[in-house]
Amino acid sequence: MMAMPPALRRGLMILLGLALLVAPFVPQVIYPVFLMKMMCFALFACAFNLLLGHTGIVSFGHAAFFGSSAYVTGYALRDLGLTTEVAILAGVAFSGLLGALVGVLAIRRQGIYLAMITLALAQMVYFTFLQAPFTGAEDGMQPIPRGHLFGLVDLSDDTTLYYLVLAIVAAALWLIHRIVHSPFGHVLRAIREHEPRTRSMGYAVERYKILAFALSAGLSGLAGSLKCVVFRLASLSDVHWHMSGDVILMTLLGGMNSVFGPAIGAVLISALRHYFDGLGAWVTVVVGLIFILCVLVFRRGILGELHHLLARRPLARHRLKEQPNASI
Amino acid sequence: MDIFGVPHQALLGQVMLGMVNGAFYAVLSLGLAIIFGLLRVVNFAHGAFFMLGAFIAFLIGRNLGIGYWPSMIVAPLIVGVLGILFERFALRRIYGLDPLYGLFLTFGLVLVLEGGFRVAMGSSGHSYPTPPALRGALDLGFMMLPMYRAFVILVAVVVCAGTWVVIEKTRMGAYLRAATERPDLTQAFGINVPLLLTVTYGAGVGLAGFAGVMAAPIQHVNPSMGSDLVIIVFAIVVIGGLGSVLGSAVTGLGLGVVEGLAKVFYAEASTTVVFLVMALVLLLRPAGLFGQEEG
Repeated sequence: MMAMPPALRRGLMILLGLALLVAPFVPQVIYPVFLMKMMCFALFACAFNLLLGHTGIVSFGHAAFFGSSAYVTGYALRDLGLTTEVAILAGVAFSGLLGALVGVLAIRRQGIYLAMITLALAQMVYFTFLQAPFTGAEDGMQPIPRGHLFGLVDLSDDTTLYYLVLAIVAAALWLIHRIVHSPFGHVLRAIREHEPRTRSMGYAVERYKILAFALSAGLSGLAGSLKCVVFRLASLSDVHWHMSGDVILMTLLGGMNSVFGPAIGAVLISALRHYFDGLGAWVTVVVGLIFILCVLVFRRGILGELHHLLARRPLARHRLKEQPNASI
Repeated sequence: MDIFGVPHQALLGQVMLGMVNGAFYAVLSLGLAIIFGLLRVVNFAHGAFFMLGAFIAFLIGRNLGIGYWPSMIVAPLIVGVLGILFERFALRRIYGLDPLYGLFLTFGLVLVLEGGFRVAMGSSGHSYPTPPALRGALDLGFMMLPMYRAFVILVAVVVCAGTWVVIEKTRMGAYLRAATERPDLTQAFGINVPLLLTVTYGAGVGLAGFAGVMAAPIQHVNPSMGSDLVIIVFAIVVIGGLGSVLGSAVTGLGLGVVEGLAKVFYAEASTTVVFLVMALVLLLRPAGLFGQEEG
């Protein structure tokens, strides 16, 4: 985001934060549950981008992490009666471990093969949940009680839950920001740019990739758990490959060379799905067309194009030159 | 005679039915392998073109009265032409970029085609009649094999063998192999490589359309019939490696049989067994059974 003047960026962030804080008081403008859904997907897309944009690994199976975490959280809340935060943590732990496992297998191949492997493994997870006794198969798992936070705060009230979701998503996004800009994040980008060279510099590339997988999966799982708590539902559509495709599109649309670009894509795609839900299968057609357009003419994504425009101004180019290593 | 407590009739029966599925896997992974070899594009839309083939056969049958046999020619041709248009106007623009964009682009096409057919035809399946000449069943001694399924296995074997002959023994095939190895040098010898790419893509998806026509009498013709299949085919491609035509055909048939066996011994695993085999192969022989280490 370096091409954007820092003051402007900070201003926009504060404005967005304030807007999100007051949003529950104006439900006639935007429905809080829908806002929570958008936040979950924003987190999902940014977590996914840890792999795609920052490590250069294409996972076509992220629905597996998103969905399985939703199922685990749902199971913990409904059948085990655990408190909400424990249920969410259980989901995150499960998806993180699953991510490490998938990572171990998938990184044995590269590039396009890796994408196919993750897709296949995710399909395996899909069929497992289809047949597992507690998931309710086609009906999904519902209704799931939202439970009590720390066993004390009742979350059945939308406004209370809204602030919890906002806090968790903000914290998770901040964590992603920290990961990307940490020394670990720099190694990930080195792997993306030139894997053999990174290896020759003594980094255990495999270990970094698996850890990136686990982190990305765990954070995607957090998004899935939250969505499960918000909607009191875990369903097969959360683990379906359509979901994996959606998160790729969100990331591509928002811009995968940035930390928060995918969030923009997530907001747009969930808005599209929300407001045009009545059109049924036409939405799928439109999503497909956006996909094709993104690949053909819009590969930088929204944030990427914006940076590109701003970077063309002489002043900005000068500033970019001063900070050649400034990551986006 | 029982094998592990399963009557051998049931076992052999499932193996035969598995081979029918395997026949489709083989034909689809064949097309996928040829397209990937030359275009470096993993054609996610392969399943969508398969579905398109089935739907075209169904639609021209219902509305124009064109029967099964002419459909076997007409439907793949239409699918091939549509594929050629897609290659010309979309795929061509992303050659030279990361192959992932090819995967994403064809995935977008899947959504458009599936969504479009869901809008036009609904999500539920349509049944397509088995051609009269192939009704009835063959008595194999241990089971009654429906004639049509036997026909599918036979045709798939012929198609795979035919493709192998075209690629290995004809001038066209030699061009194709040359362009797969070194497109730049092939072009320098005066062979029109861009045209070759277009034709190959058209032929590859035409093959998928052909498989779709064959599948129409067995499966319900519905918009999502292709994509569930293509994911299994991806796993098969990972298992077999995209290296060889013969390899992908053999792997396809073999895994169909493995799936059939899983249905006998542990039915719950029949949907996941291919993926389990894939995981195993990745652990033991990461490059795939017939593959070389890719770059």
